[in-house]
Amino acid sequence: MEYLKVFIVGGSICMIGQLLMDKTKLLPAHILVLFVCSGVVLTALGVYEPLVEMGGAGATVPLPGFGYALAKGVMKGVEEAGLIGAFSGALEASSLGIGAAVIFGFIMAVLFNPKG
Amino acid sequence: MLSSNREKKQYQQLVEQKSPKTPLFRNMVVAFIVGGLICILGQILINYFIDRGMNLQDARGAETVILVFLAALFTGLGWYDRLGEFAGAGSIVPITGFANSIVSPAMEFKREGYVLGVGARMFTVAGPVLVYGTVISFFVGVITWLF
Repeated sequence: MEYLKVFIVGGSICMIGQLLMDKTKLLPAHILVLFVCSGVVLTALGVYEPLVEMGGAGATVPLPGFGYALAKGVMKGVEEAGLIGAFSGALEASSLGIGAAVIFGFIMAVLFNPKG
Repeated sequence: MLSSNREKKQYQQLVEQKSPKTPLFRNMVVAFIVGGLICILGQILINYFIDRGMNLQDARGAETVILVFLAALFTGLGWYDRLGEFAGAGSIVPITGFANSIVSPAMEFKREGYVLGVGARMFTVAGPVLVYGTVISFFVGVITWLF
């Protein structure tokens, strides 16, 4: 049951992305930016948290989930450190994902060459 | 002449049977399934790490690192782009797509050197995502601070 919810929530978010790709002139880069920003705004409005509680990884793995982590981080940062936290909170919360992507990205780019 | 409603309906059904399914419908179904499956893989990893005694936040962190690693490796091997041709947004929207967007141009532009090729091109897509994500989060932070 848990995995069914994950599948439906995650699948639906990706399906919205596909709809935007096919029906608008947005490129993947635009959609990723839009989804991350939507995740931030929806989390700030308190709409995304219930989706995470219901869909687990279905809501955190797609890019709006990255925005969710950013927004949660910045709100925690402000709570703990005041206005200074507005500068640091989002990046602190997302540092693991960004660090992993840059480190593995660099290693793979060095090791492999493009195909075809 | 299609005089009766019944005949019109039959004709409509025939047209639907004979014409290929619209690519939009096919694309959306595939995006749903592939994206959903990647999320299920994420949940399996989270549950595994929670079983190993991690708290939810750490388990999510470990899961992110593994998904990003797998996506980077599969991009290097040329498998992820093949998945992308088939799955569209299903492979672009999950965090694995974010990792793919970093590795793919970094590899592609290696010939331009390690600084201006690999180092700079890595952020072709990830850069804008981080810029807008950080800026909009800052405003959310300021609003939280004010109210």
